[in-house]
Amino acid sequence: MNRVSRLALCHYWVAFGLFLPAVVLGAWQMLMRSPLPAPLDDPNTYYISMSLHGTVMAYVLTTFFVMGFGYAVTATSLGRPVRGMMAAWVGFALCLFGTLLAAAAILAGRATVLYTFYPPLLASRWYYGGVLLLVGGSMIWVVLMILNMLAWKRDNPGAPVPLAMFAITATAYLWAWSASGVAAELMGVILPAAFGATAQIDAGLARTLFSVTLHSIVYFWLMPAYIAFYTLLPAAAGGRLYSDKMARLTFIMFLVFSLPVGMHHLFADPEHGDGFKFLQGFFTFFVVLPTLMTVFSICASLEIAGRARGGRGLLGWIGALPWNEPMVLATGLSLVMLGLGGLGGIINMSYAMNSMIHNTSWVTAHFHLIFGGAVVIMYFAIAYEMWPRMTGKPLRSKAMARWQLWLWFLGMLITTIPWHIAGLMGQPRRVAIFDYDIPVVARTAALVDVSVLGGVVLLISAILLILVLLRSHLGEKTVERPLRYALAVVAPTRLATSLNGFALWNAIVLVLMLVAYGYPIGQFLFVLKPHSAPAYNVTRDGADSD
Amino acid sequence: MLAMLAVMMAVIVFTSVAHALHPPGNVETINPLTLHLEGEFMESNLGTALEPDGSVTVRLIAQQYSFVPNCLLVPAKTPVRFRLTSPDVIHGFLLVDTNVNTMIMPGFISEVRTSFARPGDYFLPCHEFCGLGHHGMWARVVVVPKEQFAKLSRTQRVGCEPG
Repeated sequence: MNRVSRLALCHYWVAFGLFLPAVVLGAWQMLMRSPLPAPLDDPNTYYISMSLHGTVMAYVLTTFFVMGFGYAVTATSLGRPVRGMMAAWVGFALCLFGTLLAAAAILAGRATVLYTFYPPLLASRWYYGGVLLLVGGSMIWVVLMILNMLAWKRDNPGAPVPLAMFAITATAYLWAWSASGVAAELMGVILPAAFGATAQIDAGLARTLFSVTLHSIVYFWLMPAYIAFYTLLPAAAGGRLYSDKMARLTFIMFLVFSLPVGMHHLFADPEHGDGFKFLQGFFTFFVVLPTLMTVFSICASLEIAGRARGGRGLLGWIGALPWNEPMVLATGLSLVMLGLGGLGGIINMSYAMNSMIHNTSWVTAHFHLIFGGAVVIMYFAIAYEMWPRMTGKPLRSKAMARWQLWLWFLGMLITTIPWHIAGLMGQPRRVAIFDYDIPVVARTAALVDVSVLGGVVLLISAILLILVLLRSHLGEKTVERPLRYALAVVAPTRLATSLNGFALWNAIVLVLMLVAYGYPIGQFLFVLKPHSAPAYNVTRDGADSD
Repeated sequence: MLAMLAVMMAVIVFTSVAHALHPPGNVETINPLTLHLEGEFMESNLGTALEPDGSVTVRLIAQQYSFVPNCLLVPAKTPVRFRLTSPDVIHGFLLVDTNVNTMIMPGFISEVRTSFARPGDYFLPCHEFCGLGHHGMWARVVVVPKEQFAKLSRTQRVGCEPG
């Protein structure tokens, strides 16, 4: 095993190692809020569990997975060792330490603020410090991705940066922009209160800063899935990538359009007026474009593969695809979930329709389907693709991996379809106990019961995942196979500067961010006289951070 | 693909301009520490108030872990303006089976306008995590016929025991 493989595998194991207990928590939460009897039936425990589930799934699984993926991509796509290995390990250690701090604070009952904080609720300073360390540690990764790409460009003047490297660098820039919101919220608003420097928290400012992160972070999570769609899937299916330039344009559009749109999460908030809500809601429509381009591009690439394998007729190529390959199967399942979840998302971001579903179970269903479903199933597929390459041992076994993917897909649908419906029936999110004696609540009881079943299926799938990865890792060593990236139908030999770097696009992001967020953030400092609310401690005894 | 998006965007622009279909957009600040001592959110001003133009204004405080008042009486077929604020943390306001949905933030007054087509009993849960007692925070809105509401005295309009 080479040095980069060891680095990437350590990241992956932290990600998946914490993923499994977080799925256990999620499954228990569904049982707890259902009419069925649950062990440990206690609302405080529910909110602790939810804080941990959210923190692990949203921050830990994703950040560690993306970082590990980034190092693996850098080494394999550039075909040379990663520069800055020492810094990479320091980043890994910082992120891990931050994760442990945050998890310990939550388990101690001192950080029950879910993972989106809800200031002026105030948790233990160790929790916020832990999250900040995790985010800060990942910035080392951001810098390393950018430096590795620049170094390669210097050594290969005029040559197109390999697509996978270009895309992971776009991811790094995106994450740096995105994380600036939560970092500013933590350092500017929350930590001063957590450390007792002030007793006041400006909730409006905090929410606005967090909204910078809140939407774009989702694109940070899903970038590995898209990179797999473009660079790994066509190779696994035995075909070619439809268009290299279209792929680059997609990643650039994600960088540019996923950032100035976070205020569509604040449509129902009283600290912003119609104008900027409308502007950012309008911008949000442009984020749909790169996803639609991807669906087109992926289907075209798969058709090329299917026809190369002898598929005939209008749809005959679909049956000719190698569906027994986990990467191909996962992509098919992912696209179904992406389609359903994406349509729901267009409703969420629609200026007026949002009022029907804001903060109901519909929203929980939406992001579980998009992120937990469409994105995380690609994390599994990437792991199955990379494990043999990194460990030099074969996957044990492909059949078990296929079962795992199918169960995850079915579990996600059984869980989220009832949630969507319950949300439309007015079931609020983030609730530990429903009083099923109330008629309006009682009508959602059967739906909640069905979703419990989905939770069980998801749990079985998560256990299978760990079994497959462990069995493969501990297996017999065989020959090493390098990771193969898809070739484009027309491989680019020269590219415009704008398609081979990010200077222009970062400048555009800066302008868009100033337009979209300049006033909404500036109003708290210069226009409004907001009356900050005193910070409210949610720790169990309240003794920690007064 | 592009045409689909363009049509959706056009519909949203059209409905928000022509039918005033848009999320709450009122930006108004208030001091959360003194709101119970002075001004419109003093206890005596809470609940449903009849305006000179025949519409009603409902003032409500959301606090850990209850709505005050916890039951509201409003007339059907009448413009209703909810004005809401919080003295402590963030709460949510969702009238189930309607599109009345807003966040309630300390330091700000949320305003939502609606009208109820027919009498009925509406469930009003807090939809934003506000602390460890969040799940117990809910209220009711009882919509009564317009004529019945008109007959009630000022004190009877506050609370849910129509006389």
